[in-house]
Amino acid sequence: MSKKHYFDPEDLKKFGNITDWQKSMGDKYFAWYSEVMKEGALTEREKSLIALAVAHAVQCPYCIDAYTATSFEKGADEAQMMEAVHVAAVIRAGSSLVFSTQMMNHAKDLTM
Amino acid sequence: MGIHQKSKSLVSRHSELSDTFYQLRVLNGQERTDADFPKFVDRIKAAGFHDGRLSPTRIDIFQLNVGKLCNQTCAHCHVDAGPDRKAENMTRETFELCLDVLARYDIPTVDITGGAPEMNPHFRWFVEECYKLGKHVIVRCNLTIIVAHKKYRDLPEFFAANGVEVVSSLPHYAALRTDSQRGDGVFDDSMEALKMLNAIGYGVTGTGLTLNLVYNPTGSFLPGNQASLESDFKSQLMRKQGVTFNNLFAITNMPISRFLDYLLETGQYENYMQSLIEAFNPGAVSSVMCRNTISVSYEGYLYDCDFNQMLDLKVAGPLTHIRDFDLQLLQNRDIVLNQHCYGCTAGAGSSCGGQVA
Repeated sequence: MSKKHYFDPEDLKKFGNITDWQKSMGDKYFAWYSEVMKEGALTEREKSLIALAVAHAVQCPYCIDAYTATSFEKGADEAQMMEAVHVAAVIRAGSSLVFSTQMMNHAKDLTM
Repeated sequence: MGIHQKSKSLVSRHSELSDTFYQLRVLNGQERTDADFPKFVDRIKAAGFHDGRLSPTRIDIFQLNVGKLCNQTCAHCHVDAGPDRKAENMTRETFELCLDVLARYDIPTVDITGGAPEMNPHFRWFVEECYKLGKHVIVRCNLTIIVAHKKYRDLPEFFAANGVEVVSSLPHYAALRTDSQRGDGVFDDSMEALKMLNAIGYGVTGTGLTLNLVYNPTGSFLPGNQASLESDFKSQLMRKQGVTFNNLFAITNMPISRFLDYLLETGQYENYMQSLIEAFNPGAVSSVMCRNTISVSYEGYLYDCDFNQMLDLKVAGPLTHIRDFDLQLLQNRDIVLNQHCYGCTAGAGSSCGGQVA
């Protein structure tokens, strides 16, 4: 192992290197990425906030750094960014809580 | 309401950065940092601009910086303006020299900035004289000055009577973003001023009274797409404040003066310069504002732009004062370039009128 810790912020700058060992797939990924993040039916600011929310849901520190900066660049403010994180968090929480319906069903089967 | 100042001027703090020569040494890797960034001149040379030289197209805009006195002390101010800068104010004599030039030459637009230019005692007289000359007058009004004292509350009517285009900084439609840069209370005062301007027709479609807002990033990042920001500003300001305006100009923060101080103090200088350099856009070079603007300081010296003025980089050539103004000579000058020029050529470019490419 070259490092004694995971998640070095400097590694984010090397993201482009993922094309090194698989160029055609890497190039396709970056072309897709760039197409997706362009202004379309959603604005760049809205897409950045979605990306920031997803970054929290998948708990990617690189993406959190990148999309905190990008969200500001695209004109978002702290309140919008925190609301986006709450959306991610509440859906994550809900995805656990909704399973409680199965727990309740099974509990009812097991009890008098 | 009143404003709680965010910062103090570099001058009042006796900061080394209040020395423009020191700022240039920082920008060229000789002080505070040894970062060796590619020279701007070499970069435009590589992009095909003859010998790294940039020349004017024609002078359409006569921009005056009438002084450093301001009721605000914004954290990013490239002028290092503030309430303590009382000494630096354009005199009546210098204004008269400017009027002589404006009367003599076909320069259609007069762009007045500061500081808060309205605090200069000769401001109203000068605007009226420009209007009589048939000039299009732009005033870079910080908004809060309108509500700072009762003597300024009639500014909206004064602007309207003289056909003034009002251009006002509002870095964000969220109070926290705006106040973090411009001082606590600035957002609320700005909204009050915007409502006063709207009430007499400024920023309202069909009135002919133009109110443009200026967005600039409130941190060490570059501005996003101007049209997209404008659309967000319009919908959010209308939804939350009932405020309307004409256009939004997105401006990049130049790495000079108090913004340079912020970058150095927070350890972000190298990263910011790197992001400007990586975003260098050759397509923006031909439309930079120094090509159609001449900038005059409160002392009457001539500069290629307000940023060169703040670095005391006077126009090239023997005649550098308004009393010696020679349009022919000025139109044939080379524009003085330095490392801060990366700020105007990053991404979609930046000028006092917003993005250029």
